Amino acid sequence: MDDTVRDRIKSIIESNEVVLFMKGTKHFPQCGFSATVVEVLRRSGSDFQDVNVLEDPAIRQGIKEFANWPTIPQLYVRGKFVGGCDIIRDLYEKGELEAVLSATQD
Amino acid sequence: MVEAEVLEERIRAGLGVVSHLVVKDLTGTKDHWEALVVAPAFVGKTPIEQHQMVYAALGELMAGPVHALALKTYSPESWAKQEG
Repeated sequence: MDDTVRDRIKSIIESNEVVLFMKGTKHFPQCGFSATVVEVLRRSGSDFQDVNVLEDPAIRQGIKEFANWPTIPQLYVRGKFVGGCDIIRDLYEKGELEAVLSATQD
Repeated sequence: MVEAEVLEERIRAGLGVVSHLVVKDLTGTKDHWEALVVAPAFVGKTPIEQHQMVYAALGELMAGPVHALALKTYSPESWAKQEG
């Protein structure tokens, strides 16, 4: 991944509290896994920035290397990678997602 | 597309001891998979690290042949509780 892409990703996750890199948009997800995460974030009452990787091939590839995570969606909260669909759904089912989303910065 | 046996072999090879492994073809098209993995190597690892270990074991398969992989990872102890 070239530095431009890495810098763009960094700037996105640093300038938004909660960011979801996904396929499609939060209003029109184009993948079941992305749709699941959008739904649990809604239920957790979290506002979030969506980034549609389908519209940006460089980000789509770059984000996989960025977190050493080969799949999309990917959720970042205050600059930190939280997980993909399975992990986020687990956090939600255990009732832990809201705490992750609302925890104050150290 | 990839065969279930290939995924199983790669996961076993990548994680060393695997106490329980179920690989399921979700769509019958051999590209949307679910894997349940129970391994001692997961002890003390976060869920993110556990999933990264499985992704690393699958390597380049994640970059094409496997379009989607739903993952459930457990250490033997947490799996026993889950089953309990």
